[in-house]
Amino acid sequence: MADKTSAETPLVDVRHLKEYFPVNTGFFSSTPLKAVDDVSFTIKRGETLGLVGESGCGKTTVGRTILHLYEPTEGEIIYDGKPLKTKDDLREYRTKSAMVFQDPYSSLNPRMTVSDIIGEPLDVHHLCNTKEEREERILQLMDRVGLNSEHASRYAHEFSGGQRQRIGIARALAVKPEFIVCDEPVSALDVSIQAQVINMFGELQEEMGLTYLFIAHDLLVVRHISDRIAVMYLGKMVELADATEIYDKPLHPYTKSLISAVPIPDPKIARASKRIALQGDIPSPLNAPSGCPFRTRCPYAKDICAGSAPEFKEVSKGHFVACHRTAEIN
Amino acid sequence: MTKNPLSMQFDVEDFLPATEEEKAYLVQMRPSSTFFKDGCKRLMKNKVAFVSMIVIILIALSSIFVPMFWPYSYEQQLGVQPGMPVDASFNNLAPMEYSRTEQTTISQGGKVFPHVFGTDAAGRDYFIRVVYGTRISLAVGFFASLIVLVVGMTMGSIAGFMGGRVDMAIMRLVDLIYSLPDMLMVILLAAVMRESIGDSLDGTIFQAIGPNILSLFIIFALLYWCSMARLIRGQILSLREQEYVLAAEATGAGARWIITKHLIPNCISVIIISTALQIPSAIFTESFLSFLGLGVNAPMPSLGSLASDALNGISTYPYRLAIPAIVISLIVLGLNLFGDGLRDAFDPKLNQ
Repeated sequence: MADKTSAETPLVDVRHLKEYFPVNTGFFSSTPLKAVDDVSFTIKRGETLGLVGESGCGKTTVGRTILHLYEPTEGEIIYDGKPLKTKDDLREYRTKSAMVFQDPYSSLNPRMTVSDIIGEPLDVHHLCNTKEEREERILQLMDRVGLNSEHASRYAHEFSGGQRQRIGIARALAVKPEFIVCDEPVSALDVSIQAQVINMFGELQEEMGLTYLFIAHDLLVVRHISDRIAVMYLGKMVELADATEIYDKPLHPYTKSLISAVPIPDPKIARASKRIALQGDIPSPLNAPSGCPFRTRCPYAKDICAGSAPEFKEVSKGHFVACHRTAEIN
Repeated sequence: MTKNPLSMQFDVEDFLPATEEEKAYLVQMRPSSTFFKDGCKRLMKNKVAFVSMIVIILIALSSIFVPMFWPYSYEQQLGVQPGMPVDASFNNLAPMEYSRTEQTTISQGGKVFPHVFGTDAAGRDYFIRVVYGTRISLAVGFFASLIVLVVGMTMGSIAGFMGGRVDMAIMRLVDLIYSLPDMLMVILLAAVMRESIGDSLDGTIFQAIGPNILSLFIIFALLYWCSMARLIRGQILSLREQEYVLAAEATGAGARWIITKHLIPNCISVIIISTALQIPSAIFTESFLSFLGLGVNAPMPSLGSLASDALNGISTYPYRLAIPAIVISLIVLGLNLFGDGLRDAFDPKLNQ
């Protein structure tokens, strides 16, 4: 029984998360920018959830709010069955979660040596009692991500982009986390380096039983690493399903257009497949359309789409879609 | 054998495998260089800044060490000996001149240490008074800047990091302070302090500097931190948007950790530079106040009060005004040029 509950309790359970930023529109007035608007999803222990969407749709905000870097406006984040309420909860959560950042250039302090950067989480949480222990742990982490031990006393600017990202990963691993939010960790790297880093993420997951929230905009990368994929559009989640299912049977018109835009290496198949091009631009989140956020660009939009926002509901096992006309258009 | 320039024949030696030495020559690891080392290297290359640095160091060292072996002290009136009539020939000596008593000693074969800059109207050795004056001026400049640095850095980093209402409150306070006439405040506070604390400083370390200089320090701590706070706030505002600050927050670091480990180290160059440029302005203020008679307590000299005293005999003894004036100019010019050099060396944005 106990086994069953622990298997079923998701590691991260996000419920009706909302994150609004006030934007000054006049001298005294401010309008909320709905960066994330009512998003719910779960991440099981040991799985990788890919989060995709175009720029400005709120992917990064979801990742940062889950780590409580931004205080959620509404909704809760339940980690391992416990909601994060008190400061002690949060402190404990910080030793179990970590983040890998997008830009390997600005995410490392230029005035710190590599060993200080990697050792920072250890120092903050007083995880090492002696200097030797700290040193050993840092060298072990550097070795794990494929950095030379001679690099420990060097500064971040002396490294290439890929090496810097490895330093960032080593820093994230320092607290021995269970859950890592990867915020577009490879989009700033060369393609050849991307593959190395992605494979390293896979190896680390197997070795340490990590759970990832993998944010990206490169659909092929996400498909390679994710077990399940969530698609966001304008602060809302529009579709969530298994990685293979979402590629083979996308249900939401936005997901369909995204998948059709993935380049196909075989020209014969590529010629046969139809690219669904969307009209217009993503609307401003300050002035989002009523009802379904996607209706202004959706080829299937009807009056009902302007009237009310579609519910994010499960249409088949593990496949969630937010669209009024799912049944009709598929 | 000379090779025919038109020959197509290869030189076989060009095709030998490279020796270990040659290979090592190609693999050049650049030694790890820190930002600080790079900055120092650039500073050494700047001749003007380097010379100013040497001048400042020489002046500072001599103001510290010369009084240790100089046979005269700054308050000793050489003509006044206990149990003897006052010897007026010690007063108002020209540079390198000797009094009547000393000339007698010399004619009898004795040795007398020369009065390099002569003596003043009270028969005190002028050189040692200038040295002490320099010491006071440098100390005031240094400590006043230190106070400004500490107060300004604290207020600026709190305002920049906290943001919101705290930032708003501190910045309005800065605006308010900017509108106060600082020199008037120094003069008023000095007058009030002289009346209110009176002799209570006697016996403490503040006795030598007196209430005037103490009020100068207080005014610096109260009023002059504004520009430093503004500067640091601006730096911190831009630095705290960097992802490494977010990374530190994600590991659970507190405000204090982030400010001391991430934000301050990254604006340290700006801090050093503006402190270096603050010192001459403090020295200037001190000299100006001393010149007005609001400086250190007599008999302690400062460069400003020396210049002020010299005004009485300006037509007869012009060098007595010239010497402290030159020393002030040297210090202020040297520190300003050095500060400029520091800025050029440590502000990477200017190099590009």
